[in-house]
Amino acid sequence: MVGVSAAAALAVAPSVAGAKPAGTDTPVTAKVSLTVNGQRRELELDLRTSLLDAAREHLHLTGSKKGCDHGQCGACTMIVDGRRINACLTLAVMHQGSEITTIEGLGQPENLHPMQAAFIKHDGYQCGYCTPGQICSGVAVLDEIKAGIPSHVTADLNAPMQVTEAEIRERMSGNICRCGAYSNIVEAMTEVAGRKA
Amino acid sequence: MKFDTPAGQNPIDRLKVVGKPTDRIDGKYKTTGTAPYAYERHDAAPDAAYGYVLGAGISKGRVRRIDTAAARRAPGVLAVVTTLEHPRLERGMMNAAYLFGGDEIQHYHQAIAVVVAETFEQARAAAFLVKVAYAPVAGKFDLAAEAKGAKPVPGDSGEGSGGNGEERVGDFEGAFAKAPVQFDETYSTADESHAMMEPHATVAAWDGDRVTLWTSNQMIAWGHESLAKILGVPKEKVRLDAPYVGGGFGGKLFVRADAVLAALGARAAKRPVKVALTRPLVMNNTTHRPATIQRVRIGATKDGTITAIAHESTSGNLPDGDPETAVNQTKLLYAGANRLTAMKLAHLDLPEGNAMRAPGEAPGLMVLEVAMDEMAEKLGMDPVEFRIRNDTQVDPSDPKKPFSHRDLVGCLKLGAEKFGWAKRNPKPGQVRDGQWLVGIGMAAAFRNNMVMKSGARVRLGRDGVVTVETDMTDIGTGSYTIIAQTAAEMTGVTLDRVVVCLGDSNYPVSSGSGGQFGGNSSTAGVYAACVKLREAVAQKLGFNATDAMFEDGQVRAGNRAVPLAQAAAEGELVAEDTIEFGDVSKEQQQSTFGAHFVEVGVDVDTAEVRVRRMLAVCAAGRILNPKSARSQVIGGMVMGTGAALMEELAVDTRRGFFVNHDLAGYEVPVHADIPHQEVIFLDEVDPMSSPMKAKGVGELGICGVGAAVANAVYNATGIRVRDYPLTLDKLLDRMPEAA
Repeated sequence: MVGVSAAAALAVAPSVAGAKPAGTDTPVTAKVSLTVNGQRRELELDLRTSLLDAAREHLHLTGSKKGCDHGQCGACTMIVDGRRINACLTLAVMHQGSEITTIEGLGQPENLHPMQAAFIKHDGYQCGYCTPGQICSGVAVLDEIKAGIPSHVTADLNAPMQVTEAEIRERMSGNICRCGAYSNIVEAMTEVAGRKA
Repeated sequence: MKFDTPAGQNPIDRLKVVGKPTDRIDGKYKTTGTAPYAYERHDAAPDAAYGYVLGAGISKGRVRRIDTAAARRAPGVLAVVTTLEHPRLERGMMNAAYLFGGDEIQHYHQAIAVVVAETFEQARAAAFLVKVAYAPVAGKFDLAAEAKGAKPVPGDSGEGSGGNGEERVGDFEGAFAKAPVQFDETYSTADESHAMMEPHATVAAWDGDRVTLWTSNQMIAWGHESLAKILGVPKEKVRLDAPYVGGGFGGKLFVRADAVLAALGARAAKRPVKVALTRPLVMNNTTHRPATIQRVRIGATKDGTITAIAHESTSGNLPDGDPETAVNQTKLLYAGANRLTAMKLAHLDLPEGNAMRAPGEAPGLMVLEVAMDEMAEKLGMDPVEFRIRNDTQVDPSDPKKPFSHRDLVGCLKLGAEKFGWAKRNPKPGQVRDGQWLVGIGMAAAFRNNMVMKSGARVRLGRDGVVTVETDMTDIGTGSYTIIAQTAAEMTGVTLDRVVVCLGDSNYPVSSGSGGQFGGNSSTAGVYAACVKLREAVAQKLGFNATDAMFEDGQVRAGNRAVPLAQAAAEGELVAEDTIEFGDVSKEQQQSTFGAHFVEVGVDVDTAEVRVRRMLAVCAAGRILNPKSARSQVIGGMVMGTGAALMEELAVDTRRGFFVNHDLAGYEVPVHADIPHQEVIFLDEVDPMSSPMKAKGVGELGICGVGAAVANAVYNATGIRVRDYPLTLDKLLDRMPEAA
């Protein structure tokens, strides 16, 4: 109801060099090279393939979820070149050379990122489907606050930015959790922010 | 195991593992993106093609022609399956609308074709090349207009909570006419969408005449039986697997078009096929909570004793659909000698109405608990006191039938104390905090405790690891964890020595997840299987099963102790059993209770409503895991807040569909809408419910919370809105003058 994702896709010029010509029968594809979770990945993709589907269907990194494919739910949130974006709203070929972190890159079951561990401790999830997006968003939100990027609820733009519950709730509002784990997610993020400070 | 006498002392009562706020055992998979959901089974079907479902563009009528020539020629297309190529397929369990086949369109976005291609992009592009010619006919889409002709009908939610078209106790009309204080108002609630985060999705793969569906479904056994029927395949040749379900809330109780079309698409393409419904199809292709029009009449003496109570509800549905059972709680929640409840059903040609989290009680309490607030004010009584005055310890329609355990009063009193209810100004519109008018409201929570037969298999491995197998699902409820806790408690091992396998139709049939019966029923099934395993272990190790203690990885009796694993030294021990609930479950009324307290702020200029504080006090038997149970309750409180303040499928009464069929148009609560939430569980056990002595808690949280929000808005502003959701446009022109 309130607020939208603070995430915004950075438009990068697509690299269509080597793209096959548009014909009636063959889809137009292009080579794209991405760095995903620290690994360089070369893909030849249909120009229509979203960054989300490139990860889920081509790289088999299914941690990023498709909840709406419309940029309305946040389940597909990835960290691209240091900023969180809705990966369903951007085409993979727009990300030539991008550094991409997905939930799989933050931590693994036996080597959890502090945010992943905090979500488990505070039960910041239920069905788990929005969870990777919440966690990627949560990690990026704390970085945004640290970097002094203001939000709609930031009262004083000149004062040092604080990790308040209001800031977390505002900035996380592009990530829907239908199970309703919000109260616990705020606690998990607050704990991680405290640990960092 | 037959559960036919109240539970006595048993190994669960030790509470070494059960009852602890344990972190979820599946947490490390969910938080790292490694838990596999239905559409993600590259492991199971690495060569799956992509199916894209096409929904009907009319609401009622016939499909005259489907031209697939261009789609079939499109790049990458492997198959196109249309509804005209199939006779109308049988419906699955509890389906009101037909899912596929034939030329009749019953509702907008009913599935009419699936296009299968090598890639998702190709399937989607080709689907838009399919040309469809329709013969539309006029339909009925406006509940308010059709309500006049609605007929009384019996109905149940498909989850055990049901009633007759009309039920009477005593003489309602006579008693109401004589009552010194009378209340009579009519309310409406909106159509709502489950809007679970994972859309309905299935990967289907045929192997000869056998088919496997990796799917997202709450009730594996129902889905198994339904798909065998729909696909015309013997049950033993169909397998369903749903280890992770990305939310359901009732929307995945029954088989939907994704599963049917993945199977048909895979048969046509001779390849495994994966299908996910697009987000718009979730709203109009599947089911929703139907809108209601409800009338409540309460008659009371001047001291606030209810003498007459009536609750009538009208909802709409397709011809074979059920009514929304919004009056059921009113049969049991408050005392009163003269009673009337009635449900009427209007024929509507909108998509199918069916169960959504706490079907009946969620919209029913939204209304009843506002009516109680209004009546309390009319009586000049405190709303908490009015509810306590009318508590009942027996079923009001059958005074010989007591509640197994009912502590609504305890919930109300503790909640009032913890929330600071005494400081509330009962006169509305008096409290101001800067830009905000502040109000406090409360409501009672009620939901029946249903029990369902549930089975499990338990294996003790040579390594001493205990493995549980059951077709139970974890839809976010915490099933994995409470089942592991149950098995650990029963076999005396630590949690890390238990493996839980769920959601596979090859496993014993469980209760499944619905109607808040899953937690108690499925763990009771695991208890039963573990009792059998203990007997097998005792026999193997030469113990008397009744004397043997299973503790610290050992089996002990007298001064003899043997490691548990030794029982499986020569080979795995396997035990299987099913808990079946006998007449004891019907002798007393089993229900769960709670009290919600909410504080809101309403912006004096814009009438924007913000929830500031929330507390729920719940009485639901033994709480198996306070951490995951609390999450169930706060999740219900979030969804109920949505129903109160924003959730509404907007009906186009001319074209007959839900217009706002996405997550931007259909607004659900987001982070910024929800404050810190408090939940308190009363410390209680209910030996009538099961050997676990637990009751359901998954739906209690949504029951009544919306009314508490609406009552708080009234307390803040003095504006009583009876048409939900309570959006700011309904407040704005009636707001008090901003000082």
